[in-house]
Amino acid sequence: MRPVAIIGIGKTAFGAFPDRDLRSLAVEAVGHALKDANVSPPTVEAFYVGNFAGPSFVGQNHLAPYIGTAAGFEGIPCTRFEDACASSGSAFFHAWQSVAAGIYDVVVAAGVEKMTSQSTPRVTEILAGAGDMSGEGRAGATFPALFAMIARRHMQQYGTTREQLAAVSVKNHANGAKNPQAHMRKVITLEQALAGKPIAEPLTVYDCSLISDGAAAVVIVPAYQAQRYTSRSVRVLSVAQTSDHVALDSKQDITLFPAVKSAGAKAYEIASVGPEEIQLAELHDCFTIAEIVASEDLGFVPKGDGGPWAAAGCSAMNGRLPINTSGGLKSKGHPVGATGVGQICDVVMQLRGDAGERQVQRHQVGLAQNLGGSGATCVVTILRAA
Amino acid sequence: MDSSASRDGTVYTETIVHSPPEQYAADAPYQLAIIDIDGGSRLTVRILGREPHERAHIGDRVSFVEERNGVAYYRKSSVPSPAEEPSEMARVLV
Repeated sequence: MRPVAIIGIGKTAFGAFPDRDLRSLAVEAVGHALKDANVSPPTVEAFYVGNFAGPSFVGQNHLAPYIGTAAGFEGIPCTRFEDACASSGSAFFHAWQSVAAGIYDVVVAAGVEKMTSQSTPRVTEILAGAGDMSGEGRAGATFPALFAMIARRHMQQYGTTREQLAAVSVKNHANGAKNPQAHMRKVITLEQALAGKPIAEPLTVYDCSLISDGAAAVVIVPAYQAQRYTSRSVRVLSVAQTSDHVALDSKQDITLFPAVKSAGAKAYEIASVGPEEIQLAELHDCFTIAEIVASEDLGFVPKGDGGPWAAAGCSAMNGRLPINTSGGLKSKGHPVGATGVGQICDVVMQLRGDAGERQVQRHQVGLAQNLGGSGATCVVTILRAA
Repeated sequence: MDSSASRDGTVYTETIVHSPPEQYAADAPYQLAIIDIDGGSRLTVRILGREPHERAHIGDRVSFVEERNGVAYYRKSSVPSPAEEPSEMARVLV
């Protein structure tokens, strides 16, 4: 396997953009990434795009060539990846494999979702399709409901509190308020987060990520070629993708995600890096409890300590391990198909020292964790400043 | 059908859904639970009732009421059975 580098990143802002269609968002992100990488479209040899539910959200299928041709790619393989909210994490994993294996030299991995043209109940229904529709989905399990049940169990087993969940939201909003590309740039207080409208008890609206439109893209090449294009490349130390049961009620202990644990373990092994060496991370906070569980499953804290750890400020911008300096899915927004590659772009910005007001002091090694469904897919990526 | 006792169980986790998917808009708020059925299997079910005393918490016993459209409906074992409150099924099940 050849070492791989990211030579360009590109994101649209995340938000509600009634005047933008799915393709224009994706083409904008790809264009930014190509420009950042000093790569022209004909140089690209393959295009991998993550998208969860374009057919349901906007009625468009066959998305990869639909976007690829508009981005200026001619005749190359263009393929869509769907793994729920880990769709573009999956696209990135497969893109990385193709370059690492020596099949291609210049590949674009991207993700896009256009969600806000549908009503909230309809979005809720489409997202529920990432669960098991023959069982939990039919019973009325929305995604907030699945993560609410995880939170209840985590509270029962480890004493996690409502205040600790809310602390994650307060932190991510504080970070997102400083991110010019975030969907909801609003600082919130603990009192506000605790008094939010209930969505699925014990989760309130402040525990839930946002329904957003947006796209993100990266350009990757073999590391030895990176200097040809840019002096600002970032090394991909490892990418690991794993899977587990789709239905939450198929899991033994829902307070942990086996797919996250195994993806983390594999990624650490390939990178020869331990959790204590990670200096910043973008974790998949689709709900506040998910960030707490991920911080445990990835070995940043012992099992059950994720809540107190977050509430003590350890994952804040100036904490021991800053998590979701972008604002996370909570504040930055969660255009589900774009989220995985979006997280990678956010980590790259930190590693390059380009995060502006949000720049953390130690930025040599960063991690991105992208989760699909209630833990059926996980992609963990570890990156190092070049 | 098996005797309903064989389908009874214990609440493993639960939530009350306030923001439903489109198809269940008329049901909300409703209680959803993952229960450990006596004998070993685990299932996602609906818990009937909207009054505070009808709410099932982790560890509570729940009794099977019926299955409709592939969904199992349960009731907290300590609250009166549906036979004593015939109007409620119509109200909850829409």
